[in-house]
Amino acid sequence: MHGPIATHRRATGIPTGRLAVWWLLASEIFIFGGLVTCFLLFKLNGSPGFEDAALTSVTAGAINTFVLLTSSLSIVLAHAAIENGDRVKTFRYIWYTIGGGLIFLGIKTYEYTGKIVHGHVITENLFWSFYYTMTGLHALHVIGGMVIMALISFDIRKGYNFQRVELIGIYWHFVDLVWIFLFPLLYIANF
Amino acid sequence: MSQATAAVKKDSQAEHHEELSFLYKYILPVDHKIIGMQYIFTGLIMAIIGGYFSYAFRMQLAFPGEVVPLYGLVGPGEYNMLITNHGTIMIFWVAMPVLIAGFGNYLIPLMIGCDDMVFPRLNRLSYQIFLVSALVLIASFFVTGGGFGGAWTSYPPLSSNAEYSLTDWGASLWILAVALEFVSFLLGGINFITTTMNARAPGMKMMDIPIAVWFIVIAVILFMASVGPLIAGAVMLFMDQRLGTSFFLPSGGGDPLLWQHLFWFFGHPEVYVVLLPTMGIVADVITVFSRKKLFGYRTVLYTAFATGGLSFVVWAHHQFIAGIDPRVANVFVVTTVLISIPLAEMMFSYIATLYGGSIELKTPMLWALGFLAAFLIGGVTGIYLGASALDIYFHDSYFVLAHFHYTFFPITIIGMFAALTFWFPKMFGRMMNETLGKIHFWGTFIPFNCIFLPLFFLGLAGQNRRVYNFQLYPDLATQDLQNIRIFATLSLVVMLIFQLVFIYNFFVSMFKGEKAPNNPWNANTLEWSIPSPPPHGNFKTLPTVYRGAYEYSVPGRELDYWPQNEAPK
Repeated sequence: MHGPIATHRRATGIPTGRLAVWWLLASEIFIFGGLVTCFLLFKLNGSPGFEDAALTSVTAGAINTFVLLTSSLSIVLAHAAIENGDRVKTFRYIWYTIGGGLIFLGIKTYEYTGKIVHGHVITENLFWSFYYTMTGLHALHVIGGMVIMALISFDIRKGYNFQRVELIGIYWHFVDLVWIFLFPLLYIANF
Repeated sequence: MSQATAAVKKDSQAEHHEELSFLYKYILPVDHKIIGMQYIFTGLIMAIIGGYFSYAFRMQLAFPGEVVPLYGLVGPGEYNMLITNHGTIMIFWVAMPVLIAGFGNYLIPLMIGCDDMVFPRLNRLSYQIFLVSALVLIASFFVTGGGFGGAWTSYPPLSSNAEYSLTDWGASLWILAVALEFVSFLLGGINFITTTMNARAPGMKMMDIPIAVWFIVIAVILFMASVGPLIAGAVMLFMDQRLGTSFFLPSGGGDPLLWQHLFWFFGHPEVYVVLLPTMGIVADVITVFSRKKLFGYRTVLYTAFATGGLSFVVWAHHQFIAGIDPRVANVFVVTTVLISIPLAEMMFSYIATLYGGSIELKTPMLWALGFLAAFLIGGVTGIYLGASALDIYFHDSYFVLAHFHYTFFPITIIGMFAALTFWFPKMFGRMMNETLGKIHFWGTFIPFNCIFLPLFFLGLAGQNRRVYNFQLYPDLATQDLQNIRIFATLSLVVMLIFQLVFIYNFFVSMFKGEKAPNNPWNANTLEWSIPSPPPHGNFKTLPTVYRGAYEYSVPGRELDYWPQNEAPK
């Protein structure tokens, strides 16, 4: 693989890829931050409809939180494995993480279906608009992460781009972190 | 060491800069210089569209109801579409791509002494997304109902409901185009910041980075931190339009004011996002043409930090009459007036740089000085508008419009010409014609003032903007006021005609101009140490930096400049 010399310089001492991922996540924070702030402004102003938070299933949310956190553990294990040069193990742990993402999306689909069947569609009121927008945007990030992980796993098997395991790991932790904010806001806090 | 690092090292083994086919060199390039020029040329084409729109609606204002030559009859809905897309194009598809993405791409790797951006393919992707966004915007003019006409600020419910805007798909394509453009600049911005942080030439310390690079990077960070909430807002508005949610509709529990907050939380920092690159370009131009060290390099830099920080707490001065709490308005008056302090300080630093210098009035220098003079008027009138009591009267009048154009015209158009004429020899390896350049400068600068100075008086006389035909309001259509409108419009026509001089000069010089030496202006920064135009890969041997960018007229030196990469004896 070719690349400019610029890519391999490290004036800050931080590898360029890691630096870029941190900046990417910084910009993501502002996007999700904007959404969460809008949600909170409406909620704290007592807008009607937000009491519907009681209708979301805390159990399903809690299981999903557990699944997502566990998948974060497996991507950390993948990083540890690639540091030791164990490509087979890395490949396996990356696919455990993708599996975690799939379970997460499965439970999410189950929740969506249940809500839509009961008439809680995106246009019902502001709470459900925010619920589908925020969890939907988050789910898109989960899907994107899974696709990239799959691509990386094949690179690993062929024996190059080892540093990317760490980069997707940082990203996956961020996806996790966003969920840690969404779970209490949309599931637990029903005042 | 770990395997991961070993793999990275293997990747870094020397790069060969072989000759590329036409397709990969110009259509799908990874070379930052070509990508920069793609942005600049796309921006210039969009500027022609935006300028054409302004011609059409100004003619309608001056000669209401008459057929506009080269356009046709302007109907009321069409008038709204023209003003909306004039604003949108000029900010998002001219100022941003030319000043930040175009010159940022072209200059950053050259000025910090490396062979390319750190992520060349990401760079190419961000241009392609940008191109798609421009095409989506242009497509929106041709759908049923025509292009979006709810002003570039796109306030709901006008923008969110097709029954109000009458442009069902026009409004949706507009918001989609803007969102795509934001994504493109976020990706490009990550590249700019990472490149500047990590890929600087050995020896280049933070305080050796040319101001132009510093300011582009600060601008990108401001953009990144301000645009996020608006991206969220754009998604929400799009869903209001297409899915029938009510984020911004009071009828469904939403709040139209929320959009205004999201928009201006981005919109005001955006002023500084485009201002800073021009300020940086001007810093480089005036030091070269006054043969003096930049006065207070660190001060200039810190004032930019202060401006950037303050720009996040001034947004509500756009909403003084939108029904926000007057106590909140007081706070925003104070912050708004405060932000003029660092900017004034920056201005004084530039004027102090000029003071006592051996000033050479070459074309780029004329543009730079023109920028300082015009932006000063724009800045000072901004203080009037920042005072909430005055703003109640001035709001949505031609005074606001004139103030706005006294900031954005210098930033976008004058700044762009300063940069284009200054780096033209480096980009194309030829010199531009000086005489034609000066004719173009005066033919732009004088009509510019003739357009917008009179508009201040229209605003003071109480004329509202966004009015299709003043004849419908007899009190506003007196002959003396109409004469001012005709004068401003004719000045615009004169200015547009003088742009032909530039287009002629630009293309003739590109192919037939005098061959440019490596360093035609005797400047210090690294891009002038290599051939014009620079080859793929930029530097034959990557440079080492020994000093700051502004060591002009150093006592005891024979030459009045001191290239950054010249080894000390």
